[in-house]
Amino acid sequence: MQEIWDILKHLDYSPLWISLKTGLVATVLCFFLGVWTARCVMHMGKRAKAFVDGILTLPMVLPPTVAGFFLLLIFSLRRPIGSFLYEELSIKVVQTWLGCVLAASVIAFPLMYRNARAAFEQVDIELVYAGRTLGMSERAIFWRVVLPSAGPGVVSGTILTFARALGEYGATSMLAGNIAGKTGTISQRIAMVIQNGDYLTAGLWVAVILLISFGIVVLMNIFADSKLMNVKKW
Amino acid sequence: MALSVNLIKRLPGFTLNVSFAAEAGVTALLGASGSGKSMTLRCIAGVEKPDEGSIVLDGRVLYDSRRGIDLPPQNRKVGYLFQRYALFPNMTVRQNIDAGLSLVRDALARKDRRESWITRFHLEGLEEHFPRELSGGQMQRVALCRMLAGEPEAILLDEPFAALDSFLRWQMEAEVRQTLAAFSGVALLVSHDRGEVYRMSERVCVLNAGMSEPVMPTRELFERPQTLQAALISGCKNCASAKRMETGRVQVPDWNAILACEGTADQPVTHIGVRAHWIVPCEADAENAVFCRILDAQEDVFTRNLTLLPAGGTGTIRAELSKEAARSLTAGNEAWFCLPRRAVMLLMETDSRSAAPHG
Repeated sequence: MQEIWDILKHLDYSPLWISLKTGLVATVLCFFLGVWTARCVMHMGKRAKAFVDGILTLPMVLPPTVAGFFLLLIFSLRRPIGSFLYEELSIKVVQTWLGCVLAASVIAFPLMYRNARAAFEQVDIELVYAGRTLGMSERAIFWRVVLPSAGPGVVSGTILTFARALGEYGATSMLAGNIAGKTGTISQRIAMVIQNGDYLTAGLWVAVILLISFGIVVLMNIFADSKLMNVKKW
Repeated sequence: MALSVNLIKRLPGFTLNVSFAAEAGVTALLGASGSGKSMTLRCIAGVEKPDEGSIVLDGRVLYDSRRGIDLPPQNRKVGYLFQRYALFPNMTVRQNIDAGLSLVRDALARKDRRESWITRFHLEGLEEHFPRELSGGQMQRVALCRMLAGEPEAILLDEPFAALDSFLRWQMEAEVRQTLAAFSGVALLVSHDRGEVYRMSERVCVLNAGMSEPVMPTRELFERPQTLQAALISGCKNCASAKRMETGRVQVPDWNAILACEGTADQPVTHIGVRAHWIVPCEADAENAVFCRILDAQEDVFTRNLTLLPAGGTGTIRAELSKEAARSLTAGNEAWFCLPRRAVMLLMETDSRSAAPHG
């Protein structure tokens, strides 16, 4: 017990803040991008939809290291885009916190996009029609009618996105690396201390991430249940 | 005030080909489910796009495929009452009505307008309620209020009473009738319920498998339908092909009968129709008496319904008699029945690609 207390007292808490910060920013990014993409894809033709949906879903089904590979291919300072960003706009992605956010966003994005799209496709089309005949602008219809109707789906998408972004490891470690206090997220810290054989510290961080992720999912279930009162059990 | 509609829309399975004009007052679109009524309304409102044609409201072109005009629904000034009302579930009554006033930019003017409409529809006290907290009748009132608050030039009502149970239906019908009477523009009522159409509309346009028939006064459709399709949709249960004879009478091969009828002798006829409730038992020497065998006798709520097979005929006749008059008539009996002269409606089959089967 004393041992754990000592560790907790001298623990470097930066991974927690870095992970939370990364998760939050990535979630905000994914929310707007995911909602917008979902709306665009929904209106596409059948074939274009199948194709675009496939690309947008890839990060979810591929190993994160593959996403990391592509991200490096784009943002590495030795590559055209990466060097352009760095030299012209002084934006550096590799080995920075921005890289953390980008990696987490790419990996978590499909969760947001797919949930949002599924939710939008469930919205009663007559509500949209009603909005139009009443003279509401398309923007007002979207934000005030469609989004609230699709609420539960969009919210659970957002929460899952946050949970996924919070724990992202593979792509992050490739793109952002594990720089303590800068890009060292919880999952990277766990991998690092395990390599040093420090199971106690690793266990502590595991407990933290477990608690947060489990809490999030339970919260989401409670929320979804209260919204879907007429769900039939079979 | 007038609305003229000419449109073609190709849908999987059938083609909607509608052409009619509606003046101020209530015009009904009557047709079986799947005949394209709702789609017609949607095209007028602008939430669906026809393939060809034109829609003109009071000289204002809402849609014209040749001139490439297609006003967005927001600019059409056409109100739409949805079958299940389509109230926004996340908004209160007040917010729902405000949604109908989106085009009123000034907040104070909007409040005034909203409050006067709320009073008109007796919704005081419900402003902060959500749609799920309202009864069916209240929901309909809110939907009507929301639609009319935007002061549309034409209103479209899509099966407005379908979601109500029969008791409430009467009450809401009366309310909607009053609302419609106070509305000065064009009102289109879509329904598959003949009674509703008869009670609520002044003129009617019959839609049959996507094809529209000429608009006619509602009373006339029920008293003197001109076409086989109109007779069937107006609820005529006995229609049979018929041939005009030199004497002015009509020969009905299916019933093995020659019947006296009204109407001029040069009126073209392909079918006749006789409403089931006009048929009565009679003596053998009565005019238009037909000797029939009763195949089936069934008790209905207020009538006794007989299925009759005329002697030498192949087609059956359905008769709905008062229980009093039909007490002694049971299946297996044979008796004389009269198809009264003024009940014989002369009909023409219209050229429709998918004519309804003859009854």
